[in-house]
Amino acid sequence: MKLLRIKAVAKKELLQIWRDPLSLAMAFLMPVMLLFIFGYAITLDVNRIRTIVYDLDKSSLSRELIDKFSASGYFIVVDHVTGQKEIDRYLDSGKALAAISIPSDFSEKIRSGRNAPLQVIVDGSDSNTATIALGYASAISEIFSQRLEGNRITPVIDPRLRVWYNPELKSRNFIIPGLIAVIMAVIAALLTSLTVAREWERGTMEQLIATPIKTPELILGKLLPYFMIGFIDVILSVLLAAFLFGVPLKGSVFLLMALSGVFLFGGLSLGILISIVAKSQLVASQVSMVATFLPAFLLSGFMYAISNMPEALQVISYVIPARYFVTILKGIFLKGSTLSLLVTETTLLIVFGLLVFGLANRKFKKRIA
Amino acid sequence: MFERIRRVVIKEFIQLFRDRRMKAIVFVIPLLQLVVFGYAVTTDVNDIRTAIYDLDRSAESRELFNRLGASGYFSIRHSVESPAEIRELLDRGTITAAIQINQGFSADIKRKQQAEIQVLVDGTDSNTATVALDYVNRIILKYAKDLGTPGISAHSSPMPVQGGIGLNTLAWYNPELKSKNYNVPGVIAFVIMLTCLLLTSMAVVREREIGTMEQLMVTPLRPVELILGKTIPFAMIGFFDMLLVTGAAYLKFDIPMKGSFALLIASTAIYLLSVLGMGLFISTISKTQQQALMATFLFYVPAVLLSGFMFPIENMPEVIQYGTYLNPLRYFLVIIRGIFLKGNGIGILWPQALSLLVIGLAVITISSLRFKKRMG
Repeated sequence: MKLLRIKAVAKKELLQIWRDPLSLAMAFLMPVMLLFIFGYAITLDVNRIRTIVYDLDKSSLSRELIDKFSASGYFIVVDHVTGQKEIDRYLDSGKALAAISIPSDFSEKIRSGRNAPLQVIVDGSDSNTATIALGYASAISEIFSQRLEGNRITPVIDPRLRVWYNPELKSRNFIIPGLIAVIMAVIAALLTSLTVAREWERGTMEQLIATPIKTPELILGKLLPYFMIGFIDVILSVLLAAFLFGVPLKGSVFLLMALSGVFLFGGLSLGILISIVAKSQLVASQVSMVATFLPAFLLSGFMYAISNMPEALQVISYVIPARYFVTILKGIFLKGSTLSLLVTETTLLIVFGLLVFGLANRKFKKRIA
Repeated sequence: MFERIRRVVIKEFIQLFRDRRMKAIVFVIPLLQLVVFGYAVTTDVNDIRTAIYDLDRSAESRELFNRLGASGYFSIRHSVESPAEIRELLDRGTITAAIQINQGFSADIKRKQQAEIQVLVDGTDSNTATVALDYVNRIILKYAKDLGTPGISAHSSPMPVQGGIGLNTLAWYNPELKSKNYNVPGVIAFVIMLTCLLLTSMAVVREREIGTMEQLMVTPLRPVELILGKTIPFAMIGFFDMLLVTGAAYLKFDIPMKGSFALLIASTAIYLLSVLGMGLFISTISKTQQQALMATFLFYVPAVLLSGFMFPIENMPEVIQYGTYLNPLRYFLVIIRGIFLKGNGIGILWPQALSLLVIGLAVITISSLRFKKRMG
């Protein structure tokens, strides 16, 4: 292996990137856009649930209860309806996601010291919002009835609830470190998955084959410039996360960068491998989406807890490198984890990178022959 | 005219499937997404890995732990001996929650005093943490209530709590609150968008990159014919993927299909207008397939994230909420979910269908005009 030849390929690739400023701009725009969407536009928190009220009681007590619901901030009362049919219409059309129905004897039953029924209907088609909405509803009515009961019954157990690592339960803090991992997985694949296929398609591969360059030199030379772009993206993302979004960075920045480098090497090698095997840009683009974007987004534990998945998918998630990188980034950002806590993840990332790089080398040799 | 369009469609299919792997890809992508969305993307929280730290070692504390374990929400994996162990397990991510019962818990209960327990959850996943805390609260409240009425045997009817509220909750359309019922129909929208968008934009750009566009331009083919010939094959793939996902959802995932199939086909056709139009548009701004791939991605990801699928639109900043009115996915997801889960007809879904049609026509017109100009 000669450094000179690697440098030559890297230089050629860099020139090619430089002469395609649109792609380069998009490579930097991608992490910024994703961070902005996750940082500002969307949140997993559920509140402002559009709610309708069907109050048959129309008493001060029923009004008080409804006030409690809207004052919580979780429910917004959008309308008062006067018939069961209207509830159907609102929920069918999706104009309301929840309905509170108070029967006519509500206040009478409470005054006479009996159990008063209260009905809350939610649109279950979005199961997550529905689960959380029902949790809120039960908490609000629980508090309301405790207040009504006054001191007659004291709750026997007082639970002291504490949340570690993310005390305010901000979904942003939890999401952004994981998001950086997903961004890197996607960028790495997008950048390199077409590089080799392009040479084949355009016919420039013949020229490369005619040069004295060896396979590992070619692959390393192609990796280097994209490694630089990927690394700039990492720095950009971490800066935005820490300064713009105020995600606490408790661990070591140096460790973060070093491990990002390890992950990038694997991710870029995977892109190259896809490119070598696919040989056509159309096929490579479809495969890279399925092989990197989907698993990184959905199976890495970035948003959906792996422990809730069926066993078979949990097993598959072990071969998805983004899974380890998500753990690493969340650990370094939120828990201040040190290398000793992340040894397993790091080792697996290194193994993955070397394996994929080796495979890319083998596959490529065969094609030249 | 139709003959010429037919020729382009045939050429396009031959080109697409000459690479035999492409046939597999058209099948595998929707099925993979189905598996992932049907099984993996679950927001149901259960089997929360929990450690217990029992300093009281009484019948009461054991009873409470048993109830937590029996609820199905918590799976008690560790019984620890010190707070340091809890810290260690949480740091390593071995457990998500820890419940500690201090000495004197049972004595307090017997003396009818406030008894304390401590619950610790790992907040890094705020969704799971919120739900976990809610479960703990409910189980403890239930236990407290049961303790508050001692002496009632299982035979006697339980005394109603005086003057309380009996909350009665119902979830319509999806009574068991299964997330697959929500996710799987959505796959139709995502698969069509990703596959068709990428195929359309790249197939056009490829002609330009390889240089075969020149050849097409010297044929008697008119721009409109070329546009139709280039988009019809991908529309057909879109329909094929839709049928594949619908069939699998019905047969393998037991998703109820309550509405009309004809309406599903009609709305898919309207939705394809926007998707193919966007693909054409990307092809007019990209010179290379690399650019087309990245531009597709830059459009696809915000469209998915701002569709209201995973993140409620009501919680977005107002400016962005207005922006989502331009997102075809937003409407199509409502339509699909309405058809599958609620059995909605066009009487209810017409506003979404109309919006989708307007966006689709606008996008395809603008892109076609741009496309023609670039050819001329």
